[in-house]
Amino acid sequence: MIQLDAKIPKGPLADKWTRYKSSVDLVAPNNKRKLEIIVVGTGLAGASAAASLAELGYKVKAFTFHDSPRRAHSIAAQGGINAAKNYQNDGDSVYRLFYDTVKGGDYRSRESNVHRLAEVSVNIIDQCVAQGVPFAREYGGTLANRSFGGVQVSRTFYARGQTGQQLLIGAYQALSRQVSLGNVEMYNRHEMLDVVKVDGKARGIIARNLVSGKLERFAAHCVVLGTGGYGNVYYLSTNAMNCNVSAAWRAVKRGALMANPCFCQIHPTCIPVSGTYQSKLTLMSESLRNDGRVWVPKKMEDVESIRQGKKKPTDIAEQDRDYYLERKYPAFGNLVPRDVASRAAKEVCDEGRGVNKTGLAVYLDFKDAIMRYGKAEAHANGMDYNDSVLVRKLGTKVVEAKYGNLFEIYEKITGDNPYVTPMRIYPAIHYTMGGLWVDYNLETTIPGLFAIGEANFSDHGANRLGASALMQGLADGYFVLPYTIGHFLSKDIRTPSFSTDLEEFRTAEDEVRNRLSSLLNIKGDRSVESFHRELGLLLWDYCGMSRNAEGLKKGRQLLKNLKEEYYKNVFVPGEMEEFNPELEKAARVADFFELGELMMVDALHRNESCGGHFREEYQTEEGEALRDDENYAYVSAWEWRDEEEPIEHKEPLVFENVELKTRSYK
Amino acid sequence: MKLKLKIWRQKNSDTKGGFHNYTVEATPEMSFLEMLDVLNQQLIEDKEEPVAFEHDCREGICGTCSMVINGQPHGPMALTTTCQLHMRHYKDGDTIVIEPFRANAFPVIKDLVVDRESFDRIIQAGGFVSVSTGQAPDGNSILIEQDVAREAFDAASCIGCGACVAACPNASAMLFTSAKATHLGYLPQGKVEQAKRVRRMVAQMDKEGFGNCSNTYACEAECPKGISVEYIAKMNRDYFSAMVGSED
Ligand SMILES: Cc1cc2nc3c(=O)[nH]c(=O)nc-3n(C[C@H](O)[C@H](O)[C@H](O)COP(=O)(O)OP(=O)(O)OC[C@H]3O[C@@H](n4cnc5c(N)ncnc54)[C@H](O)[C@@H]3O)c2cc1C
Ligand code: SF4
Ligand code: FES
Repeated sequence: MIQLDAKIPKGPLADKWTRYKSSVDLVAPNNKRKLEIIVVGTGLAGASAAASLAELGYKVKAFTFHDSPRRAHSIAAQGGINAAKNYQNDGDSVYRLFYDTVKGGDYRSRESNVHRLAEVSVNIIDQCVAQGVPFAREYGGTLANRSFGGVQVSRTFYARGQTGQQLLIGAYQALSRQVSLGNVEMYNRHEMLDVVKVDGKARGIIARNLVSGKLERFAAHCVVLGTGGYGNVYYLSTNAMNCNVSAAWRAVKRGALMANPCFCQIHPTCIPVSGTYQSKLTLMSESLRNDGRVWVPKKMEDVESIRQGKKKPTDIAEQDRDYYLERKYPAFGNLVPRDVASRAAKEVCDEGRGVNKTGLAVYLDFKDAIMRYGKAEAHANGMDYNDSVLVRKLGTKVVEAKYGNLFEIYEKITGDNPYVTPMRIYPAIHYTMGGLWVDYNLETTIPGLFAIGEANFSDHGANRLGASALMQGLADGYFVLPYTIGHFLSKDIRTPSFSTDLEEFRTAEDEVRNRLSSLLNIKGDRSVESFHRELGLLLWDYCGMSRNAEGLKKGRQLLKNLKEEYYKNVFVPGEMEEFNPELEKAARVADFFELGELMMVDALHRNESCGGHFREEYQTEEGEALRDDENYAYVSAWEWRDEEEPIEHKEPLVFENVELKTRSYK
Repeated sequence: MKLKLKIWRQKNSDTKGGFHNYTVEATPEMSFLEMLDVLNQQLIEDKEEPVAFEHDCREGICGTCSMVINGQPHGPMALTTTCQLHMRHYKDGDTIVIEPFRANAFPVIKDLVVDRESFDRIIQAGGFVSVSTGQAPDGNSILIEQDVAREAFDAASCIGCGACVAACPNASAMLFTSAKATHLGYLPQGKVEQAKRVRRMVAQMDKEGFGNCSNTYACEAECPKGISVEYIAKMNRDYFSAMVGSED
């Protein structure tokens, strides 16, 4: 049994990080120059880490499978980034952000990490502003905020609907500066395919040069993974097409532990599936729920007429609409957290009230917001606020200024104009709270192997609040890892660079080569993609928005059968030593099979409902999630053992500062 | 709908490429890339090599997708990337010609995939603010007028796709480079090093083999993010004032 030590510093919660920083072993500047760090992944987490570590003087090698760091999936984040600045004077504080995050995560995260996150959140905004991130501003020139789901303060900073893009470009530019200074060696189009351990510590990686297809070895004193989340195990998700779990999973195969893999976030507002060829789902930012009202018709006959095209949503009278979130959760209304909103949408669709052909869609309606804003504008400009045509026109302008680009995305995809007809939305896989188990230092159970950003499990418990992933990625990269890595590296100041000629590197490279060539040699009849789609559907059906023991057992068996077929019947065209996207996909899908199985194991063992994990057997009479704090207030960190049953290691969660309550948004 | 596709196939940068013909069955709801997915599935089932093309976010923000469709980078729709293009804009029997972005500074890697690292090197030359982690003052200590923030944002919304280069008869990278220079130069945080930035970025652009700007403005017309050619004029002004009397 691996003993999990979270290495949480002693002392009162609010002092832990300060004390830690003043006592952690430092590495002197002259020694930093001798220490090499590999950073895999250059999204928000990886790029900010690589840049900050290089600024400190470490020698950094950074890797991405993308053609440029600027393409990482972080680029797609829309809504915003949280920080406890309290610029709005609405009662926000570090403690409140901490509390909201722990509560929002349904009490399944580590207090100390979350508090640290809330503390450094304020520095992130400053850093990004200094880099030139064009955040939205008020008339007076100060930074603007908006609210996101699950909280009652306005602490979200944003750059139109492209916050992730602007933050990533900021981090990318900081990284580019270090590349130009010679402090970072950048390896684009290089995919890490294994971690190399020397004497039990992570000392390098094997990567495939995706242009030449050749395998290459890289050594360093330690390795950092900022390789993102694994939502694409479901095939259809809001993630970019190439997101995958392989870097993290290869670490698991080398002894790292996978924590809470079944905690996946399903985002309530995405454009619904329209056909079997569909390749991805598009998110409509949560910020839309600030102003959009979610509803379905009350009467089945209206639902039928809508599906048959006999009625339009705008034909349904006000009293015949069920604004079910406002009805069920009067305190938070349309701004309940994501897990709650998603399940409520599923519920009304399960009742048969879904509003498109497939029955899997609800409305998100801006009519009232348009009229409300329009009235206010008319008032402010001394115009006739009883003229509804004028009011609608003015209101449309306001809504356009706030969400224009999202409305445009929606119209491009669906061909519908959301200013005049409500959007149709449905929940989709979006984010993974689970990830590599890390301690307070962000170090996995493999010494010298760190995990940051979405790739680790650390801060969001069983459900992530909106605008908190960008915050976490940048907190880890800019402000946490640069300190905590010193804890490991300070012991290595006399360790010379490692040679990639070591036996360990040679063996790892051979193993990777064998793995890839065996996939190429199957030469079966089915495409990688066809398997991936089937795997995704299977997980969605048995380990998706709601789960039960029987389904999970059945699902696991079906998954095993499919995996067996994969290794007999997949067809991977082309060769190893060339640019070969199909081979890349084939290796990633192979890892998704194993991860998918572990997700089902995890979901089956967790006999409670919490956050994104809803087990049908454990719900209140009103259908709300029923947590079991007595038996499940812990992190499940799984040791994967290929053909044998995985072993669970538990990190008990100790709550000294917040009281565990039933999460209520009523 | 049934479509005829003429697609550029090229094994790698050392070999010569050429057009190949295919037919594919599509539906109006599909995106353009999903239509290519369907073609690739077909090819794989026939044990042929699928067409290599680049894509990732499929929602118009990462800048990865890059192809010229019937002579236009990112296809016929204004302000739309290839991944946002939907097949409802085509009709049964149409022929579609698909090629990679073409420019000396964007060598072909395979089929429709090109190497755009030259863009990274332009940014590395100066497309940043020289501020290290931890050095920043409080965010609200730098007040920025709404209009300035808006202008900076407009320039910053470039996705680095390279369509401007592909559209330009001289394969110039002026639109891309000037968007970055404008984004940073507008803001008080970025103004400080603007002269040096512009000088270095322009020098790098030339070194990469991008052509000169001859004011044809094809770039603006094809840019999926509506980046304005005014930035080019602005950068030129910054460039000339930077060249007067300074060196580095
Ligand atoms: C559509 C969408 C909208 C979102 N909106 C918001 C929002 O408004 N607010 C918010 O807080 N969060 C949001 N999120 C979540 C947030 O964007 C992500 O959680 C976050 O950006 C992840 O950052 P990251 O750096 O951990 O990983 P990523 O950005 O995914 O980066 C991963 C990096 O790792 C590299 N990589 C992966 N594997 C390998 C390998 N084997 N070898 C080499 N390189 C590898 C990739 O190339 C990439 O550079 C959103 C997510 C989605 C999908
Ligand atoms: S300026 Fe426009 S076309 Fe050029 S790289 Fe940027 S977004 Fe693409
Ligand atoms: S795939 Fe991201 S912009 Fe087209």
